[in-house]
This record gives sequence, structure tokens and C-alpha cells, in this order.
Amino acid sequence: MSEWVIKIEELGKRYRLRHEAEGHRYVALRDVLTERLKRLVRSGPARPSAEDFWALRDVSFEVQQGEVVGIIGRNGAGKSTLLKILSRITEPSAGRIRLRGRVSSLLEVGTGFHPELTGRENIFLNGTILGMTKKEIDGKFDAIVAFSGVEKFIDTPVKRFSSGMQVRLAFSVAAHLEPEVLVIDEVLAVGDAAFQKKCLGKMQDVAAEGRTVLFVSHDLAAVEKLCTRAILMDGGRCRADGPTSQTIACYQSTLIQSASADLTSRNDRRGEGFVRFTKIQMLGESGREQSLFLSGQPLRIRLHYRAGSNGLLANSRISVTVNGWGKVYFLASTELHSHESLTLPPEGFIDCVIDELPLSRGNYYLSPFFELNGVIQDWVDSAGTLQVEDGNFYGTGKDYPIGWEGKTVLVKHRWESANEAAVSQPELKSV
Amino acid sequence: MSELVIEAGRVEGQYWKDLWKYRELFYFLAWRDFLVRYKQTVIGIAWALVRPLLTMVVFTVVFGKIAKLPSEGAAPYSILVFAAMLPWQFFSTSLTESSNSLIANPNLISKIYFPRLIVPASSVITSFADFLISFILLIVMMASYQFWPDWRIITLPLFVALAFGAAVGSGLWLCALNVEYRDFRYIVPFIVQFGIYISPVGFSSSRIPEKWRLLYSLNPMVGVIEGFRWALLRGESRLHWPSLVASVILTVLLCLSGTWYFRRVERTFADVI
Repeated sequence: MSEWVIKIEELGKRYRLRHEAEGHRYVALRDVLTERLKRLVRSGPARPSAEDFWALRDVSFEVQQGEVVGIIGRNGAGKSTLLKILSRITEPSAGRIRLRGRVSSLLEVGTGFHPELTGRENIFLNGTILGMTKKEIDGKFDAIVAFSGVEKFIDTPVKRFSSGMQVRLAFSVAAHLEPEVLVIDEVLAVGDAAFQKKCLGKMQDVAAEGRTVLFVSHDLAAVEKLCTRAILMDGGRCRADGPTSQTIACYQSTLIQSASADLTSRNDRRGEGFVRFTKIQMLGESGREQSLFLSGQPLRIRLHYRAGSNGLLANSRISVTVNGWGKVYFLASTELHSHESLTLPPEGFIDCVIDELPLSRGNYYLSPFFELNGVIQDWVDSAGTLQVEDGNFYGTGKDYPIGWEGKTVLVKHRWESANEAAVSQPELKSV
Repeated sequence: MSELVIEAGRVEGQYWKDLWKYRELFYFLAWRDFLVRYKQTVIGIAWALVRPLLTMVVFTVVFGKIAKLPSEGAAPYSILVFAAMLPWQFFSTSLTESSNSLIANPNLISKIYFPRLIVPASSVITSFADFLISFILLIVMMASYQFWPDWRIITLPLFVALAFGAAVGSGLWLCALNVEYRDFRYIVPFIVQFGIYISPVGFSSSRIPEKWRLLYSLNPMVGVIEGFRWALLRGESRLHWPSLVASVILTVLLCLSGTWYFRRVERTFADVI
């Protein structure tokens, strides 16, 4: 009865963390040589310079023909590593995967797209990279172009395309792969609402044709809609595996448990270091830790710190920025809040209280900053993660409109008009 | 239904099958690089002509006029130089391009699977297109000197193949080393710059004392350049058989070891890039 197409057996992936390479992303030949030389001179046993880290451990599951399986879990849970092994980008360190049929994986749309080339040229290039033959692409070319909706610009270099157009074109190529097993990572997070709908539809078609889909996403709503079964990954292992609604419920309950982050072991910080942040906590209305917040809910960011001596910390300034990748959404600072300079005990915590969380759905990063007498003491990039779901920010019960999705700051405001009948419903502002 | 097993260290057989399956990608990647290179530069295709031409002029003046080194028989010195410049330019651009090819395309490596060997190999193909363009210049030069090659020119494809082998072999080595050790890219320009002087580009290899010739031909480009001259200069430049054989053996070894090393490092590319 079991007609599996993917069978994963005790799969594991080990990465080696290098201590000496901290701060350096790459190994340099120079360093390797000097290290060898040092060892030769010392002639002692090599000091342990690497530590093993299992990004995946003992993962086993089967996927049946025609199943649509969602894989969920927080960042660093091992989802991407699993997909990379499935897509044969990297090799497993233990266990194995058995696959039946042609597998296509889509970890990114538009891999190999070149801005200088035209849409037409990129379709051929991207198609061959994805494993299609020129003949196949020739046959599907018109369908690809029609699906993308960029017919008019097909002979224009894609650098002149809007990012939405690029994504549409790229997804169109990928959508015409016709594999027996389709592995997809977060690709739906891009593009506008109408196109997302089209993509979801296309994926449903793929599933309806009896093909197998493995879908990784942060978008729980999309997983719920598409998948019949979901697997929850956590710390490199499978935590739950079952009907989608059950797995999602399990995921949401694990989220609430860990909203604080210990900062004592962070090494990638800047500043003098006389005062250090030790912990960051996100507290909800009841004063209890929470990790999923709704827009419009109160949020209390608690920053624990400790100084190197017992004296009072006069003339302190503390701030915290809320940012997404490479973009600061807003800054909260003690300096903005009061005229007087702040004096703090040598150890303790300080709370930044936001009465109504003005953020739309998404993940945000909190970076606290501590300055004493004008000297930066501590600055921890992305010390905590704030997960926000759409809530009732405007008091209208309306969600942030789909299609405007993306991380944004919400601003309370109203509209006025000389006309009596004018609506005074709040509207949206995006930054 | 075909079954594929993904397991640590068990992909070898599949790899060569995939290489065949993805054969069109060789062409498409080379074609992309070629298009992009010439779309971005203002003088476009002319670039492939200007570089070897200028180097040829400098070498002819320095070695032929100032140092007064003799040419081979009746062959004009500039043609002697250009016949060597062609394969050398092909080799050196291949080396530079293929050694950077993987680092320049990190997303190809970390986001999708295909046999990685295709990436450095296709940059050699791109350089070959440049080679063909510069070849036109040689024809023009020969016409202006009224110096035409004889039957020996039909052997030229063999030497082109030898140059291809040398370029692919060393390209694979450098490409893999470059991913593993990021400071390797500083070494490549040095090899290229140094190589033009230790290879017989500006002078005839008959200048090398007989007893050193075999040692000299450990540089795989020596055999290639001598072959090019022999095939293009009506045999005015004699073939030194022992060094040609040495070059061929060395090139084969370079290709085999390059492939071996590349394959060995390849499985970790996605983790380190």
C-alpha cells in the first residue's frame, strides 16, 4: 500500500564550526599555512580548533506519491539544510534519502538570472540551469511568457524590469518544470497578491495531477491551505509529523515558550564592554514572556544588563532599534523620552514599553544599544527576534490588506473632509 | 521508476550521468558570459582584438627590434609572436575566468544542483570564443605580410585541443583551490603575468639550450606554443618531439588530477561558499 516517492532514513548533516575562523568568513591559505607551521614548531598535539554542529540529526520520514507536505519551523531549525540535501546541493553526513522520479527543487526563483540579458535569454538560461533541455524550453516558451504576463518586455534586459516582473518571469520558468517531485522553499513570499494566488493555484494543479510537493514556508496560512500533512522541524530534528492543523498547533505552542534570548555568549558585539546586555525578554500584557505578538498589542522589551563595577551608571543612554534585514523600522531611545540624563544601578533591567505595537506581520530583529558618557558600551545586533502576526491595530477588525504584505510600520491616523459624509476610518501608511 | 539514493560519498556514478544530462548548460553558461562581457564593454568585441594586438606589438618591438632576437627562418617576427600570443591569451583568460567562475556565481552553487564542473569548463569555452575572434586578426596579419601557412595548418586543431586540455586542467585546480582558500585569487594574476615570460611567447623556444628543453617543456604551454608555430609558420619552426610528448603527457595528467581534486572538493562547495 505504501508507494513512497521520498524515503528519508536517519538523515544527518554535520557542520564544523571553526573557532579560529571567527570573524573571518573564509579560510585563507595563509592562515592554514601559518597554523601548520605553528604546530610544527610547537610539536604538541593540535588544539581542538573545530567543533561539530549537527544541523540535522536523525531525521526519518516517508512521503507518499501525490502527497503535499509542508515543512515548518523557526529559522535554524534545519529546514533549509534538509532541502539542500534533498536538492543534492550538499551531501548528508549520515543516513540517506531514496528518491523515485524526477525531482526539481526551487530554493530560489531566478537562479542564474543575469540583469544584462533579456527576458528571452534569461528564460533559456534559467531553464537549462533548472534542468530543462533546450527542446523542452522551446516547446513551453509561449506558455512561460504568457504565465508571467511580461510579453511586451520579453526582449528587454531584465535590469529594466521591476523586481515584481523579474520574480514573475522567474517563477513562470520554474512553474513549467513538470517534475514528479517538487521541492519548494519560501518562493511564494515574493511577488504581489494576484501573482501569489496564481502561484498557489499552479502548485495546487501540480498536486492535483498526483505529483508530490514538499513545501517549506514561514507562511502558516499558505501551508494550511496547500498541505494535507506538515512536519515541524526544531533543532535539526522532526518534532511533529501529522495533519497540517495539528502540526501548526504544535508549532504555535513551542513559539510561546521561548521569547527571551541569553546574550552573555554573544561574541559579535561592539562597544567598550564595561556594561553588557545579558538578556533580552519580550513580555506581553500580563508581564509574561511571549514570542508571538499581534499588531496593536502592548509589548514590553526588557533589557537586562550588568556593569563591571559597583558604582552607579550616570549619564547612560539606552536605545533599541527594530529592524528587518538591513532596514531599520524605528528607534526607541531613552534620550528621546526624557530631558534629564539617566542614572542606573550597576546591574538590573530596563523596560522599553510600547503600548500598541505598530508593526505588521513579519519577523523583526531587536538591537539594543548602551552608551555611557558618550562612549558606546554595548551594541548587540539582532539580539532578539520579534514575531508579529496581524492584529486589530486600527480597531476596525481589518487586517493589513493582502498584497501589501511585507514588513511595515503602522501609523495611527485619520482622514478628514469638509464633506459631512466623509469616512473617518483610519487608513494605512507604509514606510 | 528510477531510484536515486542520496548518501554520504555515494554520488560518483550519478555524477557523470548528470554531466551528460546537463550538457546543454555548458553552452548556455558560456553563451551568457560571452553576451554579458560584450554587452557591458563599450568597445565590445574589439576588446578581444585589442589586447593580443597591443601585446604583440610590444613584444615584437622589445624582443625583435630592441633585443634583436632572430625569428624562425623567413617568418616575420610579429607573426612569430602572434602565433604564440593566440594560444597564450586563450590559456591565460581561461585560467583567470575559470578560477573565478565559482566565486562569481555563489547562488548557482548554494541554490541549485548541477555538476559544478560545468561552471569552470564553460568559462574556458567563453575564452575560446575570444580565441576565435583573435584568430581573424592573425589571418589579416598573414595577408598583409603575404605569408601563408602550408598543409601543416590542418594539424592546428590538435594543438588547439592540447591548449584546451591545459586550460581546463589548470582551471579546475585553481577554481577548486580558490573556493577552498580565498587568498588564492591573488596568486592567479601572478601566475598569468609570470607565465607569459617563462613561456616562449615573445621569443622562439629554439633559443633555449638543447639540454634544458625537456625541463622547459614541463610548462604545458611550451608544447602548445611550439605546435602552433609549427602548424602556422610553414614548419619554419621545427617541432621538438620530446618536449611535445612531455607536454601532452603533462596536460593529460593535469586534466585527470584537476578533475580528481575538483570532485573531491566539490562536495563541500555549497557549505563553504
